[in-house]
Amino acid sequence: MAEFNLPANSRVTEGKTFKAPAGAKRVKKFKIYRYDPDSGQNPRVDTFEVDLDACGPMVLDALLKIKNEVDSTLTLRRSCREGICGSCSMNIDGTNTLACLKPIDDVKGDVKIYPLPHMPVIKDLVPDLTHVYAQYASIEPWMQADTPFPPSGERLQSPEDRAKLDGLWECILCFCCSTSCPSYWWNGDRYLGPAILLQAARWINDSRDEATGKRLDDLEDPFKLYRCHTIMNCTNTCPKGLNPAKAIADIKKKMIERVV
Amino acid sequence: MKPDSRPLSPHLQIYSFKLHMAMSISHRITGVALVVGTLVLLYWLGSAAAGPQAYETASSLIGSWFGRLLLLGWSFALFYHLCNGIRHLFWDAGKLFEKEEIYKSGIIVLAAAAVLTVLAWILGLAI
Repeated sequence: MAEFNLPANSRVTEGKTFKAPAGAKRVKKFKIYRYDPDSGQNPRVDTFEVDLDACGPMVLDALLKIKNEVDSTLTLRRSCREGICGSCSMNIDGTNTLACLKPIDDVKGDVKIYPLPHMPVIKDLVPDLTHVYAQYASIEPWMQADTPFPPSGERLQSPEDRAKLDGLWECILCFCCSTSCPSYWWNGDRYLGPAILLQAARWINDSRDEATGKRLDDLEDPFKLYRCHTIMNCTNTCPKGLNPAKAIADIKKKMIERVV
Repeated sequence: MKPDSRPLSPHLQIYSFKLHMAMSISHRITGVALVVGTLVLLYWLGSAAAGPQAYETASSLIGSWFGRLLLLGWSFALFYHLCNGIRHLFWDAGKLFEKEEIYKSGIIVLAAAAVLTVLAWILGLAI
């Protein structure tokens, strides 16, 4: 059931403010969600003033500058800093995206940064992804085929069949889409969410995979697939420009096509 | 630290509310409103069957300024739900999924619902 308000232990309070160094000309305020599991206190929003003249162009640059120079306890996931690893996904300026791909100048006013929405928070901007990973495992995201390998040793695919995977294989599992989806917020325990369904589509559409029927059977469920109500937050938020909503619609179509 | 004592990150409170989101929840709200509107329609039909006096009462209730305001709301809800429903049929067919198409089809639905509502009222008041 949809719970619109945050539970008592999750309500956000006002935090500390860290001033920019004297003489800074281009100051931007970063309002960042903080949660310290050891303090026993509610989450808070700290304000950090950053001199943009002494900072890289992306939101991730500012976060790392704050971590390096102001508050080393600021905790976030990051790795590649170029939109390939999917680690630094978070909610910036009201929309989920990758901090490394989000230019600071794109944000008007203060830069508000929260963890991915409606997720259990481990610390600061780090959400607990255990459940989504378990959901990912549940769709068995690997090639399944009973026919023995051909003598060449490889299962070949025509360029046309390979093209069917375009727009699906590029997903980096940052979960910006799943955590932007109100349906996933309210029913994430049983609804698989856009990221996992896009992955399901990636295997359903693979000409080399022989478990298509089983995969579709597994998704034939009022919650796993059909909690998608085409709200379109997923497609609008994907930092890689992919289209999870379309991938889900494609699965729904295949469900119907196989029975008519 | 027990995992279930972890705080839940903010969601509705912080997510930027855009047209596609507003139109999605509106589709649901108008759907519920139409159910209530159907009850009013049933009351009106029932009153017509019950006799001239009951029909007179129903007509004056529904014909009052407040009744008409509700009717205006319901007629818009009907046309909005109808037009957006057609948009959903396109989505079911796997069409209109590009970001620009999502936005444009939303604007078209809103405009069409407004135009149909105005037309219906012009027609209704002319008769």
